[in-house]
Amino acid sequence: MFATRRIPRLIALPVAVALAACGGGDSGATGDTGAAGGDAGAAPMAVANAGTINGTVNFTGMAPANQPIDMGAEPTCAAQHPAGPTTQTVIANNGKLANVFVYLKEGLTGTHPAPSTNVEVDQHGCVYVPHVTGVMAGQGIVFKNSDGLAHNVNAQPQNNRPFNISQPTSMTSAPQRFSTPEVMIPIQCDVHGWMQAYVGVVANPYFATSGEDGNFTIGNVPPGTYTLESWHEHYGVKTAQVTVDPDGTATVTFDYDASVANAVVPLGAPFDPHTDVAAERRVAQPQPATR
Amino acid sequence: MSTAAVPHDTAAHAQAHHEHIPFIRKYIFSTDHKVIGIQFMFMSLFFLLLGGLLAMAMRWQIAFPYNETAGFQGQPLPGGDLLPETMVVQGIMLPEFYNALVTMHGTIMVFFAIMPLLVGVWANYLIPLQIGAPDMAFPRINMMSFWLAFGAGLLMLASFAVTGGAANAGWTGYTPLSINDLYSGVKTGQQLWALSLTILGFSSLMGSVNYITTLINMRAPGMTWFRLPLSTWALLITSILILLAVPVLAGGLIMMFFDQTIGTNFFKPETGGQPLLWQHLFWFFGHPEVYILILPAMGFVSDIIANGARKPIFGYHAMVWAIIAIGFIGWIVWGHHMFMSGMNPMLGGFFMVTTLIIAVPSAIKTFNWLGTVWRGNIRFHTPMLFALSFVALFVIGGLSGVPLAAAPVDIPLHDTYFVVAHIHYVLVGGSLFGIFAAITFWFPKMFGRTMNETLGKVHWALTFVFFNLTFFPMHMLGSGGMMRRLYDPTQYPHIASMQDTNIFITWCALILFAAQLIFMWNFLWSLFKGKLAGENPWEANSLEWTAPSPPPHGNWGDRVPVVHRGPYEYSAPGATADYQLQTEAPTGQPLPATH
Amino acid sequence: MNEFWRLPVNVSSYGGDIDGMFMLIAWVITIVFFAVEILLVWFLFRYRARPGRKAAYMHGNSRMEVLWTGATALIVLFIGVISRGLWLDIKDPLRFPEPGLQLIVSAKQFEWNTTYPGADGQLGTADDFIRRNQMHVPVNVPVRITLVSEDVIHSFYLPELRLKQDAVPGMQIPAWFEATQTGEFTVGCAELCGLQHYRMKGTLTVLSADQFNAWNAQQVAAAGAAPGTTPALAAPVMNNEAAGSPVVAAASHAH
Repeated sequence: MFATRRIPRLIALPVAVALAACGGGDSGATGDTGAAGGDAGAAPMAVANAGTINGTVNFTGMAPANQPIDMGAEPTCAAQHPAGPTTQTVIANNGKLANVFVYLKEGLTGTHPAPSTNVEVDQHGCVYVPHVTGVMAGQGIVFKNSDGLAHNVNAQPQNNRPFNISQPTSMTSAPQRFSTPEVMIPIQCDVHGWMQAYVGVVANPYFATSGEDGNFTIGNVPPGTYTLESWHEHYGVKTAQVTVDPDGTATVTFDYDASVANAVVPLGAPFDPHTDVAAERRVAQPQPATR
Repeated sequence: MSTAAVPHDTAAHAQAHHEHIPFIRKYIFSTDHKVIGIQFMFMSLFFLLLGGLLAMAMRWQIAFPYNETAGFQGQPLPGGDLLPETMVVQGIMLPEFYNALVTMHGTIMVFFAIMPLLVGVWANYLIPLQIGAPDMAFPRINMMSFWLAFGAGLLMLASFAVTGGAANAGWTGYTPLSINDLYSGVKTGQQLWALSLTILGFSSLMGSVNYITTLINMRAPGMTWFRLPLSTWALLITSILILLAVPVLAGGLIMMFFDQTIGTNFFKPETGGQPLLWQHLFWFFGHPEVYILILPAMGFVSDIIANGARKPIFGYHAMVWAIIAIGFIGWIVWGHHMFMSGMNPMLGGFFMVTTLIIAVPSAIKTFNWLGTVWRGNIRFHTPMLFALSFVALFVIGGLSGVPLAAAPVDIPLHDTYFVVAHIHYVLVGGSLFGIFAAITFWFPKMFGRTMNETLGKVHWALTFVFFNLTFFPMHMLGSGGMMRRLYDPTQYPHIASMQDTNIFITWCALILFAAQLIFMWNFLWSLFKGKLAGENPWEANSLEWTAPSPPPHGNWGDRVPVVHRGPYEYSAPGATADYQLQTEAPTGQPLPATH
Repeated sequence: MNEFWRLPVNVSSYGGDIDGMFMLIAWVITIVFFAVEILLVWFLFRYRARPGRKAAYMHGNSRMEVLWTGATALIVLFIGVISRGLWLDIKDPLRFPEPGLQLIVSAKQFEWNTTYPGADGQLGTADDFIRRNQMHVPVNVPVRITLVSEDVIHSFYLPELRLKQDAVPGMQIPAWFEATQTGEFTVGCAELCGLQHYRMKGTLTVLSADQFNAWNAQQVAAAGAAPGTTPALAAPVMNNEAAGSPVVAAASHAH
C-alpha cells in the first residue's frame, strides 16, 4: 500500500555487518539444568607454593521436584525445552548437589585486585546460564542475550548499587561491577518472571560452584588454614575448615540433607507471585466482591 | 477602567532619556518587556528544536525496531554512536532511552517550547504595546520571571546527564512509577524533573501577575475593555488560568518531590498514599494548561485573519465571551483524562457532559473566523497562511476530541495513538501554527526587518503538507488499537500489521522536521539581512503598529497614544485606507448602524 | 468503514454498541469536517483580494451566532445523552451482569497474572491456580474480573473485547466482559508502566464451554499434584470427559 522505503546503501551495509556480527545463532547452552561443570571462578594470580582445594557437595535424602515453569507465553523459548522446563532450585543427582556456591570466607591475608577479564552470564531459552555464578568485587560481569527477544537483567543487591538493564534483542551488556562483597545477589527478568540467577561477589578469587557431579575445585590457593562457606538457594549455608599445605591438595566435603528443606537463606530469596515462597513485595490477594 | 497617569519607575525613566545603558543591562539583565519577550523567544526556539530532535529519535525507533522473532530487522539509530551505552548499544536504542525520549519530548515541548512561545514571548512583548503602556507594571519581577525559566531549563537539560538519565515516567509523571526508582530505573532525573517544573511554575506565576496587573491598570486613555484586540483578551484569560492552575501543579510537584526524597507518602499505596491523587492534581492543572496553550494562539489568529481579510472580526463580543467561556468551562473537564483511571464511573458521566459542552465556544470561534473571511478581500501573506491553517487544523483537532469525550467510545481509544493524533493536531496544527503566524507577523515590529516572504511560504507549504501526512494516519493507528509510549509496537501482532503506516509516518516526520530548517534560516538571516521594515508593514490597526520598528525603551516616549476606536476597523466606509489605526482621530461621522 | 478506521475484530457483547457509537460520532464529525473545510477553502478562493475589490464592513450577525451556537450545543448534548447509558452499563459495578466466571487479574511489571477459582468455583480458596500472561475464558459467559496491581499503574486492555481499565496499586477495580466468539485474542498494557511496558502482552483464549471445563479440570489436576506449583504448559483438550465439576454456570445473558 505504501511506497517501499529504499534504505540508502550507506546505512544498509553497516546494518548487515552489525546483524551478522551480533546476536543470532545458538550459543550452545546445555539446557535446563545449568552448567555441566562447576565454574572455576576468577583466575587467581599465580602464588608461590599454591595448593588446590578439591571439594564435593553431598546430598542425602529425597530431593523435592523442581517446579515446572509455564513458558506458554513465550513459545520461542518453550520450544527449546521439549522435556518441559522446570526451575533449577534443587539439582540433586546420585547423592550430589549442584549449584552450591563455595568461597573462601576467612583466613586469607592481603588484598586481591580484580582481574580485567569479565564473567559472562547468558540468557538462553529464557533461562540464565549459569544459574549460579561468582565474580570478584570490582570485576566486570556481562550479560548476554542469546534469545533475540526482550529480556531485562534486574539485579537487587543489598550492599551494592542495584541495576536494571534492558536487552530488547540479541546483545551483550556493558560490564557491570559490584564494588562490595555480597553473597548472594539475586538476578531476575521482569518480562519472564521465572528467570532467576544468583551472583556471589567475593573479595578474593577463591570461589567455585559445584557441578552436577557435586564437585568443585578452587586452585592457586596460598598455603594456610581457612574457613570455607557454602551457599545453596534452598538449603542454606554451611561452613567447613580446610588447611592447604604448600603445593598440596586439600579435600573438603559439605553435606546437605533433604530434611532441612526451606532453611533460612541469607540473601536473595526469589520473588515469584505464583508460589508461596513470596517476598515482602507481594500484595495480599483480594477477596472477590459479592454483588 | 482606570486611565490614571502611568506610574513610571523613575530609574527607567531616567535611562530612557539620559543614560547610556551598558550591554549587560540592556540585553541580558534587562527589565524591558520587549527584551524579555525576545529572550523568551530565543530560549523557546532552542527548546522547540531540541524537542523536535527527541521526537525524531523516537520515530526512528518506532519505525525500525529490532524484533527478530517477528521478522523486523531494525535499523541502527543515526548518531547513536555519540550516545553512551546506557542509552544506545551498538546502534540499538534501549527502552531506557526511549521512555526518556517520550517523557522529555512531551515535557520540553509543552513547558519549555509552546507555553513560553505563546505566553512568555507574546504576553511580554505585546501586552504593553497593544494597550499603549510604556512597560509592564513590575519590570524587575518580569526579568526574574525569565531568568527563573532559564534556570528551570538548565535543570531540565542537566537531567539528561545524571546517573539513570532523564525522567522516563511520561510527561504526565503518573505515580507511583515516577516516585520510585525501583520501578522506573530513574532517580535523580525524576527529582530534577519535579524541581525544574516547580521553578518554571514560579516563573509563570510571576509573569501572570504582571500581565494581569498591567492590563487592568495601565491601558492608555480610550482603551476600553471592548477595544482591546483579541490577542490581548486571550492573553488576559490565559494569565488568569495560569495564576489559578499553576499553583496546583506546583503543589503536586512539591508533594511528589517530597515523596521522592524525604519519605512522605502522598502517592505511595503501600503506606496509605493514593496514586490517583496525583492524577487529579496534575489534570486539574493539566486541562486549564491545554487552554493556556491554545487561547493565545486563537487570539493572534483572530487579529491576523481580520488583518489579512481586511475585514472586522466577525462577532467580536461573541469572540470575547467564547474565550472567557473556554477559560471557565476548562476548569471542570479534567476528569476526561481519567475516564479509565479507576475513578468512580458516575464522575465519568459528569466529565463527559462538561467536555462535550466546551466544544461549543470553540465552535463559535471557528464559525466567527469563517464569518470574518466571508466577503473579505483576502491577502495571503505568510502570517495569514499560518492563521488560516490554524483554523483548518484546529477544526480537525477539535473534532477528534469528540469521540474521546464520549466516555464509552473513549474505552478503546484511551491511551492510543488516537489521542496522540488529537493532541498534535491541536498543539502543532493549532498552537505551533499560531506561533508561526505570530512570529512572522510581529517579526518586523520586533526587529525592524521583515522575514523573507518566499521562504515563509515555502516553509508554510511544506509544514502544512507534511504535518498532515505525519499525524492524520495516527487517528487510524489509534482506532486500530496501537497504544502509546511503546518502545517496540511490533511486539503486538495487531499493531505489527500496521507497521507500514508507522514507517510512512516516520519518513514524513523527518521531512517535516527538515522543513523547519527553512524557518530557522529565514529567521536568523532576516535578523541581520532582512529588508528594513516600516512602522506598519501589514497595514494593521492595533496600537503596536503606531510605535517604531523596533520600539525604543518606553515604547512611545512622551507620545502616550490615545485610542478612539476598536482594533478591527478594516474597510470602514469613508476611511481613506482599508484600515484605521486605533489612534486615528474620529472624523465626526457616526458609526454605521450594523455594529 | 471498519477497514478505514482499522477497528480490530469485535468479539465483545458490548463491542457492537461501542463501535456503533464510534461510527455515529465519526459520521457526524466527518460531515462537520467537510462542511467547514470546504466552506473555508471556497471562501478563500471566492474572496481573495483582487484589484478594485473591497471587503464588506460588518461586525457580525447575532442571529447567526445564536443559530450555530444552538446547533452545536444540540449535537454535543445528543452525543452525551446517548453515551451515558452505555458507559454505565460497562463501568458501573451495580449494572454488571451476573458473572459466570470470576477472576483476579494481577498486573505487575511486566506480566498479567490471572487467578482462577479452581474446581470449587470460589476465589480465595486453596484450589485457586494462577496462569501467567494467559487468560482462558469460556465463550458467551459474562466474566467478571477484579484488577489489582503489585507495583505501578498498568492498564488492562483487550482490543477485540473493547475493554480497557487501569489497574491501580492499592485499589481493587472491577470490570467485566463477555466474549462472543472463540479464538485467541490480545491482552496488552495501555499505561506506561516502566521499561518493558511495550512487552507486557498476553493472550486471551476463548473456549467453548466444554473445552473450558476440560482445560479447567486439567489445570486443577496439575495444581493438585504439586501443591503451590505453577501448572505446566498445557493445550486445551477437545471433547474431554475428564473429571471435575464445570465451573461455568448456565450462561444467562443479562442484556
